[in-house]
Amino acid sequence: MTSSTTTLTGPAAAAAVPVRRHRSAGWIAVAPLLAFVALSFGAPALAMLGGAFTARDPATGATSYTTANFAASLHGAYLTALLGSVKLSAVSAGIAAVLGLLLAQAVVTSRFRALREAVLTASGVLANFGGVPLAFAFVATLGNSGVLTRQLGLARHGWDLYSFWGLTLTYLYFLIPLMVLTVTPALDGLRSQWREAAQNNGATGAQYWRHVALPVLAPSLLGGLVLLFGSAFAAYATAAAMVGSSVPLVTLQIADAISGNVLLGQENVALALSLDMVAVACLVMAVYLPLQRRSARWLD
Amino acid sequence: MARLTTLLPRGVSARRPRLWRGAVLACAAAYFLVPLAASVVFTVDVPGKGLSLDAYGQIFRADGFTSSLLLSLELALATIAVVLLLMVPAVVALRLGAPRLRPVVDIVCSLPLVVPPIALVAGIGTVLRWGPEHLAATPFFQTLVAIQNPAFPVVLVLAYTVMALPFVYRALDAGLRAVDVRTLTEAARSCGTSWPRALVHAVLPNLRGALLNASFLTLALVLGEFTVAQLLGFQPFAVWVVNVSGSQAQLSVAVSVLSLLITWALLLALTSFGGGTSRRAAPRRKE
Repeated sequence: MTSSTTTLTGPAAAAAVPVRRHRSAGWIAVAPLLAFVALSFGAPALAMLGGAFTARDPATGATSYTTANFAASLHGAYLTALLGSVKLSAVSAGIAAVLGLLLAQAVVTSRFRALREAVLTASGVLANFGGVPLAFAFVATLGNSGVLTRQLGLARHGWDLYSFWGLTLTYLYFLIPLMVLTVTPALDGLRSQWREAAQNNGATGAQYWRHVALPVLAPSLLGGLVLLFGSAFAAYATAAAMVGSSVPLVTLQIADAISGNVLLGQENVALALSLDMVAVACLVMAVYLPLQRRSARWLD
Repeated sequence: MARLTTLLPRGVSARRPRLWRGAVLACAAAYFLVPLAASVVFTVDVPGKGLSLDAYGQIFRADGFTSSLLLSLELALATIAVVLLLMVPAVVALRLGAPRLRPVVDIVCSLPLVVPPIALVAGIGTVLRWGPEHLAATPFFQTLVAIQNPAFPVVLVLAYTVMALPFVYRALDAGLRAVDVRTLTEAARSCGTSWPRALVHAVLPNLRGALLNASFLTLALVLGEFTVAQLLGFQPFAVWVVNVSGSQAQLSVAVSVLSLLITWALLLALTSFGGGTSRRAAPRRKE
């Protein structure tokens, strides 16, 4: 670097070189990142793509291109798991979106700044709190020998944490804070003048929400909803540490197929299932990004 | 008439929202605090023996605790080093000389968001299986073996770096928005410093908040990561906690509570720190 600056001679070189140098320096600085992603992300992604479309004859060892893995990934237990994941993510994202909106509205309209700061900070922390500790916290609280289960005799009433609704209740723990974080900026963007204008025109509170607030909030609400769906859909650690495999989920199926727990030779079906998940995640992003851009219009 | 209609709703609405607001906040507080309190109770209340802190004492004597925690910390440090070395030059270059590369970097750093960790690990597993099948005679095979060394699995650092890219990119980009990199470097350059010195002594000190932010996020991600490590068969902290839970439920909950408190302390430090920088950055959205 230093040597190239000292060898510059003449005004023409001094004028022409910095521009070109800037540009090439930009490429040089970004190149390691691109190379790294190509290696650590591109190679597994290509392997996934290739593996999902190939089948291997166990007898001869010959490989051939096929869509059989996809057919298998959309049949039987795998289809049940895929639908189970979609159902769990949709239900928990829907509930979390409603509850998160309520909580965010309660915080935004509150007069206490400290409360608002506290809830937003806690949300930032809790939204990142998935995985193993979350599973164990709920097992200790509502599991078979959990504190609340024993104290309140919940087992007699048919409570089971290791079920669809138990998992939903657990997922809400990180989904609600995520919703609060997503929707608070939009609620802040609702101007009090709009409510006053509606009131002056004789609108009731319900009418204000129906015709003014919700249409303005709709993009960010929908955007938050798909974001929650995506993060519930991709969650694995919580479910794996908590329910084992009593609830059919696509992530658990992939894990079983990779580690050969159920049947040997299912690795390529696992890759096809992974590709199904990537497709769902792409769909989520394709919905989320335009909505986010749209909702940003109201916040300036 | 007009005065009546404006006075009435205000008188009514001033009382009502406070009720539902209180109810919502109380429910939220109960939902979010009860599991935490119950976990603590679960660990200190031994059935039949009364209160004891034994579970917490056992943590440090437990088999594999120290080694798995150390492994997680080493992985975290390595990941932070790699991700910052890759990202800092790239984002600075985007500001300085190569704004046209921004869409490329945007896409590259968002790609990991559409590939869930479990799909990523399925792909990595496939690549690692190629080793014995196709590459046995080539030097690549030795590399593949070396990165899977259980004492320090480099392959996990690679995966975690990929998973951290989106967060780190966002954190650094937000930090840079508040700094006028071009003026800083030009000032440093016209004082006669070299490019590397200008970056290290003029730009990086201004990015301290963003760098800390990115490091904390990566640390929290690596310490809590379970999916990739478990499915590739390594045993860092989160995997150890799950493995030990089968035989010692109380111990595993105690470790969870402890790791949770540590992670929260880190993230709280980060949010109070990061909140300041992002607020300052907000009004200067020019580019």
